[in-house]
Amino acid sequence: MSLDLSIKKDFGGFVLDVSLQAENEVLALLGASGCGKSMTLKCIAGIVKPDEGHIIVNGKTLFDSDKGINISPQERGAGLLFQNYALFPNMNVEQNIMSGMKRFSVSKAEKKAICRETMKKFYLDGLEKHRPSQLSGGQQQRAALARIMVSKPDILMLDEPFSALDSFLRWELEQELMRVLEDFEGTSIIVSHNRDEVYRISNHIAVIADGKVDCYDEKTSLFAEPKTYQSALLTGCHNFSRAEYLGENRVRLIDWNTEIVCEDCEEAKYIAVKPGLVKLERNSGGVSAGFRVDKIIDNFNEIILLLSADSVVSEYSSLNVRVAKEEWQSFAGSRNINLSLARENILILNR
Amino acid sequence: MDLFPLWNSLRIALISAVIVFFSGIFCAYYVAKLPRLVKGIFDVVLTLPLVLPPTVVGYFILMVLAPNTSFGGWLMEHFELKIVMTWYSAVIASSVVAFPLMYRTARGAFESFDVTLKYSAQTLGLSNMYIFWRIIMPYCKQGIIAGTVLAFARALGEYGATSMVAGYTPGRTATISTTVYQLWRTDDEVNAFKWVMINLAISAVVLLAVNFLEKKDRLTGSKAASVEIRG
Repeated sequence: MSLDLSIKKDFGGFVLDVSLQAENEVLALLGASGCGKSMTLKCIAGIVKPDEGHIIVNGKTLFDSDKGINISPQERGAGLLFQNYALFPNMNVEQNIMSGMKRFSVSKAEKKAICRETMKKFYLDGLEKHRPSQLSGGQQQRAALARIMVSKPDILMLDEPFSALDSFLRWELEQELMRVLEDFEGTSIIVSHNRDEVYRISNHIAVIADGKVDCYDEKTSLFAEPKTYQSALLTGCHNFSRAEYLGENRVRLIDWNTEIVCEDCEEAKYIAVKPGLVKLERNSGGVSAGFRVDKIIDNFNEIILLLSADSVVSEYSSLNVRVAKEEWQSFAGSRNINLSLARENILILNR
Repeated sequence: MDLFPLWNSLRIALISAVIVFFSGIFCAYYVAKLPRLVKGIFDVVLTLPLVLPPTVVGYFILMVLAPNTSFGGWLMEHFELKIVMTWYSAVIASSVVAFPLMYRTARGAFESFDVTLKYSAQTLGLSNMYIFWRIIMPYCKQGIIAGTVLAFARALGEYGATSMVAGYTPGRTATISTTVYQLWRTDDEVNAFKWVMINLAISAVVLLAVNFLEKKDRLTGSKAASVEIRG
């Protein structure tokens, strides 16, 4: 295990209680803002001290409340890329990168050589004497990453690396970042609230909600079959109904005013419509639920339908589903519509 | 014309500025990191000399340093050191009065410091000493220079506390401001006017310097608290 972490910290009203393990791979922390993702990184880096627990990276104990170990951030070898990159504004790019090697006792000429080489690798040639404020957002990120990489971290942490960039740059830098992550031998942790980004970059995903690890899984299974409300929400579902198990494989969908029959749903707390698998049906009955069509929005190559469940009003009773235009054609004009709740079209969520 | 008051004022102001530079930065740096309630209390105590009449500040200094008080008496007894009514007692008075200007301006600068810079420097393995002098101080440079200039100007123009603590002895404790008062009191209006003009010239230079720094400050984007000079 190259990362073994179990920490707890009470912020008064918000409790961070996170346990994670990772090999030499890319681990993503996915969660809404304020859920504790960035705080977890700060604890690993030593900027924030947890109340209790342990943090072990590559067999080196960085923090252990039982043994009274709390290594200073300077000695942790934890590279952390901040959301705003945190380049030193009073230093030029070269000085910024050189500052990452300050702790090594190598000759200045050697450091300069490493700096030049790294700048080349990060497409920063010719920007040696530029101040951070003179760089574009993409160049700033590359400079900050270069500075971290020359400091030879044991663990690499990226806090919302693309949030400060526009969408075109995002894609380009994501490709570059993937290369850096492939070359990096230790554990990398990327924090994000963007599910697509996380899916492309990482191997394992931990969904963080309200300071806790809501679920942890390999990325494909997490995205294909999320098991909790939070993970379904973060992987793109937004149509939920509270569920209640009635016995004999019958589940009542409280917000959609219907019942379904399915196996293995004794613990169902929520039912969600899979976002990519919305199936419209003409007739009610069987395994489908009826909804009133409130609004039809043309979204170029698809139709967005705003639906609401008859006779129920709750925070879950309104739906927002997308269907292909061709599929909608045969239903156009209908005031009421049925959604298939067949097992392959829904998610059963236990939390 | 005896230029002693000019020289005396300048050395008092310069030494005070150096004292206040270090003590102000020290206090500002640590107070900026304190929790809110404690910070409020420290802030009141450290800013008090700015709002108290200088004569009241002088009164407090005399209460501590005069030979008939316990601390002043102890100094007298063990070191034969009489502090009041000397030019360096004026340094103490000017430092106390000018301190809040440095403290508040520096604190404003430290509070606007982007703390993620410090964190990232720590994760890169840079020592706290290096971080303070090479990252935090350059970042807060404008505010700290502005604070120093303001403190220098305030020390240079100090009258109330100085006249109580150091008095007016020509050739020994006379400063520009006490000289102006003395000359005017003795109807020497010609010389009083000369000293007024000297004082005006110095103050104008200082204010120009402050304005220049603030303008540069606005251009570079970091903000420093600006505090008015009180006479």
